[in-house]
Amino acid sequence: MDAHNSAGQTHGINSAHKPRGDFTARAPAALANPTLRANFRRAMDGLMTKRAAQFADRDAWTALRARGAAARANALARLPELLERLEDRCTANGIRVHWAETAAEANAIVLAILREAGATRVIKGKSMVSEEIGLNHHLEAHGVTAVESDLGEYIIQLAGEAPSHIVMPCIHKNKAEIAQLFAENIPGQPYTEDVDSLTAAARRALRQRFAAAEAGISGVNFAVAETGTLVLIENEGNGRLSTTLPPLHIAVTGIEKVVERLDDVPPLLALLPRSATGQAITTYVNMISGPRKPDEKDGPREVHLVLYDGGRSRVYDDAELRDTLRCIRCGACMNHCPVYARVGGHTYRFVYPGPIGKILSPQLEGLDCAGDQPFASSLCGACSEVCPVQIPLADILVRLRQEAVRPSATPAVKGGGSQAGLAADLGWAGWRLVYGHPALYALVSRLLARLGNLIPASVPMLRQWTRFRTKPRFAARTLHELAARGGFDRE
Amino acid sequence: MSDARARILARLRAARPSIPPARPDWAPPAIPPAERLARFTAMLEAVHAEVHAVPAAAWPAHLAPLLAAKGVRTVLAAPATWAGKALAADWPSRPDAPHLVAYDQPVEALKDRLVAGIDAAVTTTLGGIAETGSLVLWPTPDEPRLMSLLPPIHVALVDEAAITDTLAGLVAAANWAAAMPTNALLISGPSKTADIEQTLAYGVHGPKELVVLVLTR
Repeated sequence: MDAHNSAGQTHGINSAHKPRGDFTARAPAALANPTLRANFRRAMDGLMTKRAAQFADRDAWTALRARGAAARANALARLPELLERLEDRCTANGIRVHWAETAAEANAIVLAILREAGATRVIKGKSMVSEEIGLNHHLEAHGVTAVESDLGEYIIQLAGEAPSHIVMPCIHKNKAEIAQLFAENIPGQPYTEDVDSLTAAARRALRQRFAAAEAGISGVNFAVAETGTLVLIENEGNGRLSTTLPPLHIAVTGIEKVVERLDDVPPLLALLPRSATGQAITTYVNMISGPRKPDEKDGPREVHLVLYDGGRSRVYDDAELRDTLRCIRCGACMNHCPVYARVGGHTYRFVYPGPIGKILSPQLEGLDCAGDQPFASSLCGACSEVCPVQIPLADILVRLRQEAVRPSATPAVKGGGSQAGLAADLGWAGWRLVYGHPALYALVSRLLARLGNLIPASVPMLRQWTRFRTKPRFAARTLHELAARGGFDRE
Repeated sequence: MSDARARILARLRAARPSIPPARPDWAPPAIPPAERLARFTAMLEAVHAEVHAVPAAAWPAHLAPLLAAKGVRTVLAAPATWAGKALAADWPSRPDAPHLVAYDQPVEALKDRLVAGIDAAVTTTLGGIAETGSLVLWPTPDEPRLMSLLPPIHVALVDEAAITDTLAGLVAAANWAAAMPTNALLISGPSKTADIEQTLAYGVHGPKELVVLVLTR
C-alpha cells in the first residue's frame, strides 16, 4: 500500500484537521502504482458497461432523467418549505428531528442522543455524511464504539482508511489485501482469498456486533416531506439491520436530500441503482416512517433524524451553483471520469472524490482549501452526460475555476480568488495584448515561426507541459503567411 | 439547537428563489398482465432468487420437502397470519416438515434465537413488482420486520394476482402517500455484496437464499 492511502491523511471535510488540496503533487504516486490502477480500471470498466446496458433505450432514459432531474430541482426550489414540512410530518410520525449547522453540532447532537440512551456500542450503516462530519472519530474520542457494517466500509475501517469511492468504498483494495486484513483482524480467520469465505467471515463477525449494538446510525437516500418517510437503499441488509435491530436509530442526512412527494421516489429509484452499479434495483429498499408502535414486536423504539447543513445553505445561495445539491450520490460521474479512473479516490483527499467532489468540496470547504479540485479535470464532460439528475458538472467546474482566480463581486464561494497567481496573470495579460493587436500578433507569430524551435523545452511554464510530452514543433511559416500566399489576404 | 434551525432556514429563504419546474410526463414501462409473471420470475432469478409457482391451496405441502432438502430444521413463522395458520395446520402431520418457531413476542425476548438459531422464515407479501422483480412487504405487528432479514433463508409468498407492473403504478394506485406504515420494504433477491473485487457474494448480512412461492389459483 502506498503512502497516500495511509490512515490519518484523509479526514472529514469539516473535521478539525482540514486537508489541503495538493492533487497535482499526489497524482504521480497514484499513476505509478500498478495495483491501484488495475483495481480501479477493472472496476470502472465493469460499472460503465453495466450502466450502459441499463439505459440502452435512449428515449426511455431521456424521459426518466428529465423526471428525476425535475424531482430534485423542485425539491431545491422549495427547500426551506419542504424541510419544515418534513420536520412536521416526521414529528407527527414520532421521529425526532434535529438541526445542525456545523459538523461539530451534528456530532454533538448524535453523542447527546446516545448518552441519553446510555448507548456505547453503535452499529453503522453506510453514510457519506457521517464521513463528512468525522462522526466515528468523534464517537471514539468520547467512549462510543462505532462499527461500520457495510462490507466495504468494514474493510476500510479495519485498515484505518477512508472510502475511495462513494458507492464502493474499498474499490481500491484487491482480495489479497483484504484476505490479509481479515486474517490479522478477525479471530480464527485463516488467510483465504475466497470471496465467499471472506464474506461469511464478515457476516459472523458483524452479526454479534448487530446483536450487541445499543444504537444504529444510518444515512438517508431520500427524505419524503409529504409522508415523513426516510428511504434507504442497499444490497447487503446491513442498512436494514442497523435501522431495525437496535433499540435506537439515528439517521444523519444533508438538508438537500429531501423530496416533496412520495411519487418522486419511484423515478429516482429507477435512476439511482442503475446509474450507480447497473442494477435494476437494489436488493433492499427500506422506507422508514416512524419508530416501533406499541403493538409492534421489533424496530427501534426511538428514531431520530439529524438534518445537517455543513455549508449546503451557502452553496444554495448561488442559483447556478445550487444545482450541485441535486446530487443523489450514485457515483456515475466518478465511474465515467477519465481522471478518477486513473488516480482513484484518495488522490483528491476530500471525502467526495471524482467530479461531484471536484465541485462540492471547494464549495463546502472553500477554494482556499480545495481550490485545486476544479482544475483536476480534463473538462471532457462525461460526468455531465451520465448524471441522472442533469447536474451541469462541466459548467460548474468552469465556473469554480473562474471563482478560484477572479471571484464574483460578492464572493459566491469562500476563498474565491485564492488560486490567482502572478505568472498566470502575466501570461493572460500578454495573451490579451497580443490577441488584441493584429500587428503585434503578426510580429509575435512570425518570430515564433522563425525562432520558436530554438526555445529549450525546459524553460519555466513550458516545462509543466514538456515534462510528460514532446515539445510541439513550430511550422516554418505562420498560417497567416500561408493564407496570404494562397490569395486569402485580409479576408 | 433551534438556533441552528432558524439560521439554516433564514439563509435558505434569503437566497434568490428559483422557480419550481413542472414535473414532465413520465410513465414507467407498462407490462401487460399476461407477461407479468414471466418478467417477475426472470428478474428475480437473474438476481439469484428461487421462484416456484405452486397451487395456492397446497403451498405448505410443497414447501416442506423443498426446505428439508436444504437441510432446514427450524422455520420462523408468524402464528397469527394466514400463512402461519396454514403452516401450523399442515406441517405437524408431515414427518419431513421442519420445526416451527413462532415470532410471537417482542424481539428482546427472542433476540439470541433470532440472531443465530433459526434456519429459515416464511412471510407473506403485499404482492410483487414485475418490472424489477421485487417483493412488496409491509411488516405488521403479527408479522414483524426482522423475519425477512435475520434467518439465512427467506421464503416469501406472493399471490399471482397481486403482481403489479411497476412501483410507480403501485404507489399511485394504492395511494401509499395517504398512510405509510412504520416500515415498507421492497426486496429484490437475497442479501448480496460486490465490495470485494466486484465479485458477487450472497448472504453477507441478510438471507443468503430467497425462495419465492408464487401462489396460483
